[in-house]
Amino acid sequence: MAQADTNRDLVNVGLVRAHLIAGAVAFAGSLFAGLFYAFQFLRAYPFPGVELLSPGRMRMVHTNLAAYGMIANAFIAGMLWAIPRLTRRPILSDRLGWFIFWTWQAILMATGVGLLTGHAQAIEWGETPIFVDPIAIVGLVLVVLNLGAPIVRSQERGLYVSLWYFTAALTWTGLVYFMGNYLPQFWAPGATGAAITGLFIHDLVGLFVTPIGWGLMYYFVPILLKKPIWSHALSLIGFWGLAFFYPLQGVHHFLFSPIPMYAQYGAVVSTVILEIVVTTVIVNFFATIRGSWGAVVSNMPIRWFYTGMICYFTTCLQCAFQVTLTFQQIIHFTDWVVGHAHLVMFGVFGFWIIGFYVELWPRVVGRPWYSRRLLVYHYWLTLLGMSLMFVDLVAAGLLQGYSWRSLQPWSDSIIASVPFWFTRMVTGLMIIAGQLLFFYNMWATARSPVPARVAAPASQTA
Amino acid sequence: MERVPTIALIAGISTFLLGFILMGVLPWLGQSKIPMKSVEEIARDIPADFYQLAEDYPEEFRRAYGQPDARSFAKALRLGREVYIAEACWHCHSQFVRPVSNEDLRFGPVSTVEEYTNEMNLPHLFGTRRVGPDLIRESGKRSNDWHAAHFYEPRFVAPYSVMPSYRWFFDAQDRPNERGLAIIAYVQWLGSWRRTVPETIYNAEAIQKGEQP
Repeated sequence: MAQADTNRDLVNVGLVRAHLIAGAVAFAGSLFAGLFYAFQFLRAYPFPGVELLSPGRMRMVHTNLAAYGMIANAFIAGMLWAIPRLTRRPILSDRLGWFIFWTWQAILMATGVGLLTGHAQAIEWGETPIFVDPIAIVGLVLVVLNLGAPIVRSQERGLYVSLWYFTAALTWTGLVYFMGNYLPQFWAPGATGAAITGLFIHDLVGLFVTPIGWGLMYYFVPILLKKPIWSHALSLIGFWGLAFFYPLQGVHHFLFSPIPMYAQYGAVVSTVILEIVVTTVIVNFFATIRGSWGAVVSNMPIRWFYTGMICYFTTCLQCAFQVTLTFQQIIHFTDWVVGHAHLVMFGVFGFWIIGFYVELWPRVVGRPWYSRRLLVYHYWLTLLGMSLMFVDLVAAGLLQGYSWRSLQPWSDSIIASVPFWFTRMVTGLMIIAGQLLFFYNMWATARSPVPARVAAPASQTA
Repeated sequence: MERVPTIALIAGISTFLLGFILMGVLPWLGQSKIPMKSVEEIARDIPADFYQLAEDYPEEFRRAYGQPDARSFAKALRLGREVYIAEACWHCHSQFVRPVSNEDLRFGPVSTVEEYTNEMNLPHLFGTRRVGPDLIRESGKRSNDWHAAHFYEPRFVAPYSVMPSYRWFFDAQDRPNERGLAIIAYVQWLGSWRRTVPETIYNAEAIQKGEQP
């Protein structure tokens, strides 16, 4: 694997920085959209009666900015950093990189404006207006060319497992995006459309976010811990397990629906099997850090990565239970699923993203972190907020599910949920407060005077 | 390197296609014999609520839709569905009744595949969250006036509600405009093909015996 600083000129640092900044801006936007939406549940929406800021539209801005703004930008930044270092080859073209950067931000703007002006598409996680979809697909193909070129040109003997994940994810993403946004919109009606949008929802998490997230973990964790991953064989089992079982699961989003039962049973079984694969990956990473646990205290990125992995194991274990038809009777349609989704998208991938922001930001601005204390406050506020939100929403979900099954009037489930929704709003404020500290810290770091010698990254000063 | 194309082909394309064929194409073939209905075909069966809508708001209705017939109903259904999607109604209201959790007692008959094989379900609006109740059996459970008041200010008729108000469905005189009439027509259409008496819980015995009320 490439040693860090000898390959610095392989990486277009400006491009990485631009994507990191864009990801942070989208992250902030997503947080506030989520907060506003949470206020609606307390009948205290800040913009009542404003058509362009209607809560339903705000919800879609929240999820789309999280997925395509924050996660996509941050992952592109992570891959722009990791791939050239792993392959010892630069990306295809810096100019293409900048073109992708601006195209992607334009797509985000168009999506935001489209959603707020009422041009959403009725595909969950694919609300991107239908006229933006072709541009997004072209953008994805360009990303594949730009980031795929160094992998194809690599002269390394065997490909490191990170590159396996990146290669597969780059292949999958465009296919998934096309399938999910076009087939149910134009050709596959009703139950079939639901099966395909189920695949889309799940493939987006499993074939785009998860493989890139794990690919980056396989890159950053051994470098920061300064030792190799515990078992290369286990990492390949994890990779092939993900590749085979993830694409079979989508229908589990619509259990007990008019989709044929064999598809529903198949989705449940493959989801439970994936839990075994998940365990192999988790074992591999925890065996890697064994003997170096001190890093969790001293090294902020490692702390974020391993916290995210604990969330990953929690959420996957939860999934193996909630996917069963027994659990589905109660928890489907409730806040339980909302809690699950937040733990996946933020507790796992958000934490990992924050982790490599903490690692990369001092490097791309050439200055040490402005304040380590703020980084620590940021960690605890975020972790506490996220954990409480998860517990709160899961509990609310159980309450709603049992209320509905016992045929209480619908109003009872709403009235009983309000305290939980209030708690959710408070935990959201904790998360936002943490991120505001972090954004201030990023800004102050970038503004601080350049140190006399080259800045050491957080992982070493910490 | 030869291993990159291998990974891309086997892990990337093959597994994706396997999942897509088993979980998408096979269910698709399974329902291929069910005829696909266009909005125009659907609009031939006009529920009573649509005629009632023309009487409830005569001037507004005439201005936006003319006479209540199959053509104007198709127009209202299309626009109503657009509004339903634009406002993300489907993120808080589902559109299918499951055979579990007493949902048939609360909402009405369990959903079946042919109900959804039509142009109004391109894309489907099953939904994955219920903040408010399921809507696929909503037709006729409440009056047009109830819906108008509810869209204007949900808490007028449901004090506990956390639904947003939709003032832009109404004109300067607070009477439903083209979009308001469309969304009411759409909601009153949902389930009109399998209409059940309101509050089916009171009809539980008949449903359990399999009698259609």
